[in-house]
Amino acid sequence: MPSTTLATLHPGDFATIVAIHAEEALHQRLLALGFRSGKQITLIRKASFSGPLQVRIGTTDVMLRRSEAAKVSVCKGVVQGANET
Amino acid sequence: MKRIALLGMPNTGKSTLFNRMTGGSARVGNWPGITVELLSGKILLGGDMVEIIDLPGIYDLHGFSDDEQVVRHFLHDNVPDLALVILNTTQIERQMSLLLQLKQLNMNIVVMLNMADEAKKFGITVDAAKMSALLEMPIFLLSAKYGGGYAEAMQAVTKALRYRTPGMAEQLRSQLEQDEHIETEMARVLKHTVQIPAQMSDNLSEKLDRAMLHPWLGLPIFFAVMYLLFQGIFFFGQPLQTGVAALFGWLREAALDPLLAGAPPIVQGLLLDGVYNGVATVAAFIPIIILFFLFMALVEDSGYLSRAAFLMDALMARLGLDGRGFVMLLMGFGCNVPALMGTRVMRSRAMRLLTMLVIPFSLCSARLQVFVFITAALFSPKAAPLVLFSLYLSSFAAAILTALIFKHRFKNNEPFVLELPPYRFPTLRQMALRGWLEVSHFLRRATKFIVAGVVLVWLLTHLPLSATPASADTFAGMIGGFFHPVFAPVGINEQLTIALIFGFVAKEIVIGALAVIYGLSGDALSGAIGQQLDWVQAYSFMLFTLLYTPCLATVATLQNESKQLKFTALSLGWSLALAWLASFAFYQGARALGY
Repeated sequence: MPSTTLATLHPGDFATIVAIHAEEALHQRLLALGFRSGKQITLIRKASFSGPLQVRIGTTDVMLRRSEAAKVSVCKGVVQGANET
Repeated sequence: MKRIALLGMPNTGKSTLFNRMTGGSARVGNWPGITVELLSGKILLGGDMVEIIDLPGIYDLHGFSDDEQVVRHFLHDNVPDLALVILNTTQIERQMSLLLQLKQLNMNIVVMLNMADEAKKFGITVDAAKMSALLEMPIFLLSAKYGGGYAEAMQAVTKALRYRTPGMAEQLRSQLEQDEHIETEMARVLKHTVQIPAQMSDNLSEKLDRAMLHPWLGLPIFFAVMYLLFQGIFFFGQPLQTGVAALFGWLREAALDPLLAGAPPIVQGLLLDGVYNGVATVAAFIPIIILFFLFMALVEDSGYLSRAAFLMDALMARLGLDGRGFVMLLMGFGCNVPALMGTRVMRSRAMRLLTMLVIPFSLCSARLQVFVFITAALFSPKAAPLVLFSLYLSSFAAAILTALIFKHRFKNNEPFVLELPPYRFPTLRQMALRGWLEVSHFLRRATKFIVAGVVLVWLLTHLPLSATPASADTFAGMIGGFFHPVFAPVGINEQLTIALIFGFVAKEIVIGALAVIYGLSGDALSGAIGQQLDWVQAYSFMLFTLLYTPCLATVATLQNESKQLKFTALSLGWSLALAWLASFAFYQGARALGY
């Protein structure tokens, strides 16, 4: 399955996180908010004028900027055997 | 005295629990090892006084954000007797990581699974007893907002305080490295104790967001909400402010004037026009601050403030700010003081300072009074609205320019990843408590400074005793004369310079000061000003008034909130410089064009 980044998803798309290529501070924050490889993520909406994204991961809704979303590699759809809590 | 530290992630209702425990008796204070102030309160628990400290919300015990460092340093230098860890039950699947990190520190811990009411609504069930057994620490389900489970939890806290806290602190840092087990441990505990429905069903938030965050409707709704908020604060605030002023006036006439009638004029003036007016100036802010934070609690706790950040981020990110900063900037158009206090929601210090640098350029209601008076004196009724509108535009332009110039100096280095919590209604109690806490904070911190400032300006404009008050022979007049070479190129004469010195205290008194300076009032005053000045000079004076230091209360708040003399000085210096440059450019430009 082709791997892409969170920033390129469209509203309503499901994806599974493959990897996070962020600097340490952002990485830690994303981890604490529930971003982990193998987790399922949904893009809820994108703000106008290239604004931030709203994503849902587990029970948490999170907003992040597109530049930051580009550092999260995802695989569109639900990957077989992905662990869901 | 034993100490309890409240720990948890942001948006867990930690402050709600803190307020429930301390009942509004909290105070800010300094602690060894950290530079920011923390809220703490003392309460009676099981017959002993116990101090409760509200630590900033953190995501991760070894994160790099300002708050995370504060918590680390606090725990290192002030080992609490008990850590009360608050987790949001609806997000327990990820928040448990913080609990497990804390558990490794070998502290005395009691856990509260907060928002139990919301979790139940979402269909999440937690076996607290089993979790308690697995993690070997007391765990309770709680609704800090409504109080469910509170009594039981407090009993456990009282009991836990009887045990001595085990070691910790020294090898804190190295202990924190062992994250590996946390993930497996978390999965194990969650699997046995928590059930989360596959589809989270928060329909209300989904539906509301569909409108509130709509690609086209979102922004108009946002501005409508802001407008209502703004109108609400001033609809209720202005009569209250007038009432407070009337009360102080009445008290003076009825009691203080007769009481001091026999005293020499200098004593009378100093006590009444100096000290008493200073206190009245402070009091005038009370209704506005309370109302502002009543409404802010509504916007913030309902979750709408994060939505505002979402909507405005595209624009604000370019200015080095975020959408919450924009909300505060807008609120600054009412009054700068509570807007500056409200920046506390921004957890990155750099971004907060940048926002605080920008807010004083918001054309507040006090400055509007000056502009309305002068515009009426010098411009035709047709031109007046355009003049006022151009001043609002200048206000925005100054704010944007300031952000662009200083955004590299106050570079935000925290990741901009915010939670969008579900919509919630704060209780009236929560809102009232917030208003009360903020106003008592303001009074404790700003009163002395403002009263001293008012007294100083009174002395400057009334000494030496031989001079006519506010005339050129007073110290203020001398200062005005001294600075004449500076103000002449921007078209501001000596009388207006003295009015600007008054305006440093509060813009509300500028017109009153002009009345004293010219010895005229009302229509006679506006007639005299209209005769003496042409419109270019008057506009230059208004530009200067718009951009330089808003008032003493703002300066006091800048200092209280930043705790940095250097920053306050920068804000003062920059606004004076910008005021002069803008007036200079306008005045000389207009004159060069032949006006």
